[in-house]
Parts: sequence; structure tokens; C-alpha cells
Amino acid sequence: MKDKSIKMLKTIGLGFTEPLIRLFSGEEPAKNGKLFFKQALLPLLSIFLFIAIWYAGATALYNSEAEVRIEKARAEQGEEAALAMRKCIESGDVSCQPNTLPSPAQVYTAFKALWQDHLSISEKKADFKARVADTNSEREAQGLAPITYTGRPSFLDQIGTSLKTVAAGFLLAVFIAVPIGIVIGLSASLRTSFNWLIQIFKPVSPVVWLLLVFMIVKTVITDPSIDKSFIISSISVGLCAMWATLINTSMGVSTVDKDYINVAKVLKLSIGQNIFKIVLPASLPLIFTGLRITVSVAWMVLIAIELLAQSPGLGSFVWEEFQNGANDSNAKIIVAMFVIGIIGFLLDRIMLSVQNMMSFNKGIA
Amino acid sequence: MQTQLQEVISYMPEPVLSPEMLVCKDLRKVYPTPKGEYVVLDDLQLSIRQGEFVSIIGHSGCGKSTLLTMMAGLNEISGGQILVDDDVVRDAGPDRAVVFQSPSLLPWLTALQNVMIGVKQVFPGASRAEKEDICKYYLDKVGLGNDFYKRATDLSQGMQQRVGIARAFALKPKVLLLDEPFGMLDSLTRGELQDVLLEIWQKEQITAVAITHDVDESIFLADRVIMMTSGPYAKIGDELVIPIERPRNRKDVLEHPDYYDYRGYLLNFLNH
Repeated sequence: MKDKSIKMLKTIGLGFTEPLIRLFSGEEPAKNGKLFFKQALLPLLSIFLFIAIWYAGATALYNSEAEVRIEKARAEQGEEAALAMRKCIESGDVSCQPNTLPSPAQVYTAFKALWQDHLSISEKKADFKARVADTNSEREAQGLAPITYTGRPSFLDQIGTSLKTVAAGFLLAVFIAVPIGIVIGLSASLRTSFNWLIQIFKPVSPVVWLLLVFMIVKTVITDPSIDKSFIISSISVGLCAMWATLINTSMGVSTVDKDYINVAKVLKLSIGQNIFKIVLPASLPLIFTGLRITVSVAWMVLIAIELLAQSPGLGSFVWEEFQNGANDSNAKIIVAMFVIGIIGFLLDRIMLSVQNMMSFNKGIA
Repeated sequence: MQTQLQEVISYMPEPVLSPEMLVCKDLRKVYPTPKGEYVVLDDLQLSIRQGEFVSIIGHSGCGKSTLLTMMAGLNEISGGQILVDDDVVRDAGPDRAVVFQSPSLLPWLTALQNVMIGVKQVFPGASRAEKEDICKYYLDKVGLGNDFYKRATDLSQGMQQRVGIARAFALKPKVLLLDEPFGMLDSLTRGELQDVLLEIWQKEQITAVAITHDVDESIFLADRVIMMTSGPYAKIGDELVIPIERPRNRKDVLEHPDYYDYRGYLLNFLNH
């Protein structure tokens, strides 16, 4: 039971809890205590250290910016204005706060504000839904589209949009890259002929892909009711992220163990059987390594792409806050940064667990 | 001793000859190299009768594995031809089952599935249950009666090779080709697997060709030991009939009065 749960935790990437579980079941307390300190407490310590440095840095920047403001007031309006400015800054008044790197406390406040904002928006939405429920059922009876809420999206809605965009882009990447990877992996001449194209397109910046996709989608989709920004950003994400999967798939397929190929030859497997029973299973570990890279690349380029494509996700949230320049904008940007980082980390962990389950060499599954 | 052995062989009763199953005619294998052609095998003649167990020994690099992969159809034939049951070998096929040196099991499948994948190809008309019975029969024969559903990766090297043997026999091949099948195993496991192999072979009476560089193994397994000269231009140097009666067991073979004469004869060839 215990070993089983440890194995499972390892599969989903929570291996660092292993010593704690062993510790609780009274197994080699000295050794497991040390291990737990090493694997779980040390990382926690480093996080505290990071926050401390951040706090010190933010305070130093705050003080230096405050001094600059006071000096400026003194130079422009005299001693009295400087004193007033100092007082204003010390009182914490919103109108004269230095605009610089926010401290951890400010970021936490901004996080709470965003959460409150989300709650109030969801309330409004529910309220709206209740109010239009009757009208909507009437409209449905008449065959009309229901009235939907068109207010400002909350931070969580924007996370949702971003995840949807990445999921769509990732699926697109899988459906393009895996089949092409298999085909060019099977044929050495196709591989050489495609190699140059792949090498040239692989390093192209996400922004350029976005513009290219924009040129095409703009012409292809003329119906104004279709949400073009979502289509453009997810296609761009897919195109940017698919290369790792394409290359890994073709490599996996082209380097299938010669013994397996000989087995297939002796058994006279047909091409289809050969691909699905031998080649694909044999290259699954490499394909999943590629998919894992694809997911992290997709998430990374997403922010830049959303920012440019005006797709209502995390990228545009960051950009709007930056343009907004409100008092807590900087803190909200940092909140977004952490959210992006944590979601990226979780996505990678999910892919890692899938990869572990697929890899026959480790005997998990 | 040499003359004594010759006498033993010449006084042997003339056996009833079964038809030829595997024939190599003027066989030639050439590998192109930057410095020109490298002739591995040249003008090689060999005839193996149905139901015969032949082992081929020779120094490493003499081309014995090349010969076997050519029989299997996994290696191109540069000249001459190989006939199996009067059909010219052009490519690989399940009528010539191969047991490779490394077990070559598909690691994502269980023992049963590994055998099944071949059985499905050879008996496409059989029902699911019949196919499974065939697989289980042979897995049971190689001593894996309790391990049908174990993944290949969870089996030891020796057990994996047992699956490899079961997979080969389950194909009901005309010829069984063994490419140093026990070369990667420790000597204890090797002995066990030789016994397992002989036991099934005794039942099935399939024509078998085993490549080996182990003199004792070649005597224990075979009716006839083929000795290959060292390459390049390797061919068959000599052959020795092993008329020890079957079914054989290790103890009787080792205590056979002529055993050390056979052994000495083979070692003498290999050392010159």
C-alpha cells in the first residue's frame, strides 16, 4: 500500500514527499529525516531567501525613487513642496506613491484584490444570467442566439482563455507534428529533404509566426462573428511549439531498435501493423519527450502571442495592466508572472507524469 | 585417435535419408568497403535434411552470423542461392523463425502478447482462444507457465530468451534459425535453456540451424557440426556427424565414450 502510493506520487512528480511518508510509518527515521530536509525543506528555505532578497530589493528601489521625487519637488517647487511630498509618501497616499518594483506584500494585496474582483464579476455574471434566463428561453424557442454576458473578464476567466488557447495550439501541434514526424522518420530521403525546411523554420520567432498566421486567417475567415483572435493565437502557438515534437518523433521513428525491425520482417507484418505495433510503441518515449517540450514552449510563447493578437488571455492582461499604469498595476503584473510560472510548472509536471506512464523502460503503468 | 574416430564414423549404419530442407548453392556474400569489396563468404555449399539439427561453429568474424541472417532473409545474398523446401529465399518470413542472440522481445508487450503477435500472423484463421492456446502451450513448454501476463521488461534475460524460443516454435516454421541464442547468458542458465530447446525440438522435429562458438554446445545440440573456415572467403571447412542417440540428456552425452574424441576433433579444427 505504502510502496504503491509512493510509486504513484513519483509518477505524478511528487517524489519529494517520499521520505515524509516513510518517516511517518517509522521507517529509518534518521535517514528519512535527513532526506526530507534535503528534498523538501531546502527548496522551501530557498524560496524564503528569494522573498527576502525581493523584499530588500523592492524596499531599496522604493526608497531611491521616493528620494528622486522629493528632490524633484524641491528643485521645481522649493523646500515646502519637498516636505509635503515626503509627508505624502510616508502617509501611503495613492496619488504620490513611487512607481517601482512592488514588494511581496503589495503583490499579495494585488492577488487578493484580483480574487475579490473575480468573485464580484462571477456574482454579476450569475445575476445577469438569472435576469436574462426568461428572455433567453424565449429567444431559444424562437431560434435566436441567447444573450450572453459581455462585461469585462475576470483574471480567472483570462487564465481560462489562455489555457484554452494553449490546449488548442497543443492539439494542433500534435496533429501536425506526430503524423509528419512518423512519415519523415520512416524514410531517410524524406528526412533529408525536409531537414532544411525544419532547420530554417524552427528558430523563427513567435511574433513572426503570429504575423504570418494573421495574414492567412484574415483572408480565409471573413465572417466577422467568428472570434479571429483566438484562432490566430492558437494556430500561432501550435506552429511555434510543434518543432520539438516533429523532430523527436522523426528521430524516435528512425532509430527504432534494429532487433524490433528484424522481428517485424520475420513475422512479415504489413506496413500498418509495422507502424502501429512496432514503430509507434517503440518511439513513444521519445515522442512524449517531444510533447513535453512542446507544451512548455507553447505556454512560453503564448503570453507574447496573446499580447499581440489581442486575445483576451493572460498575455493581454499583462499588457493592459502595463498600459493602464494604475497604482497596483505593477503588483498585478507580478501576480500574473507567478501565475504564469506556476501554471507552466504544473503543465510540465502533468506531461512528465504522462511521459513516465508511457515509457516502457521504467516499467510503470 | 583421429583414425579411431574415422573408423567410428565409417562404421556407422547408413541412416534413412529424409528430403533436403535447406540448401545453400554457391553462396557468396560481399560487403562493399571504401578499399574495395570484402568477400565474407565464397562458394559455400551446404545441404541440411528435414528434421536435422545442425550447428555451425567457427571463429568470431568468420561470417557464420552472416550466413544465418542470409538464410533468414534479413541479409542480402550477393551470389548463389538459398533454397528452403525448394523455394528460393528472397526475403524474411515466418517459415524461417529466428531466435536472435538478444531476446528482441517487444518490451511494451507481455510474454503472451510477444508470442501472440507472431501466432496471429501465421494462423490468421484461428479463433482467439485457439491462438491463445498455442501461445500458452509453448510458453508452458519453455517453463513460463506462470508468467503469461508479465511484461517483457519484468523478465530476466534467461526468461526473455525462453519467450524468444517459444515465439519461434509457435510459428510452426519449416526451419528454426538460432543465432548464438545463448551467447549472452551465464553458463548455468545456458545449460537450462539448451535442455529446454532440445526437449521441444525433440517433440516438434523441426529442421534447426544453430550458430555457436561453444564446442560443447554444438556437440550437445546437433546431429552434425559444420565447421567454417576463417574469413575472408570463408567456406565450410569440415563437418562432423554426432551419432549420439536421442533424446539426449547432458549427463549421458558427457559420459558418451566418443564425446572427447568429437570435442578434440572440433578443437583441433578451430586451432588450425
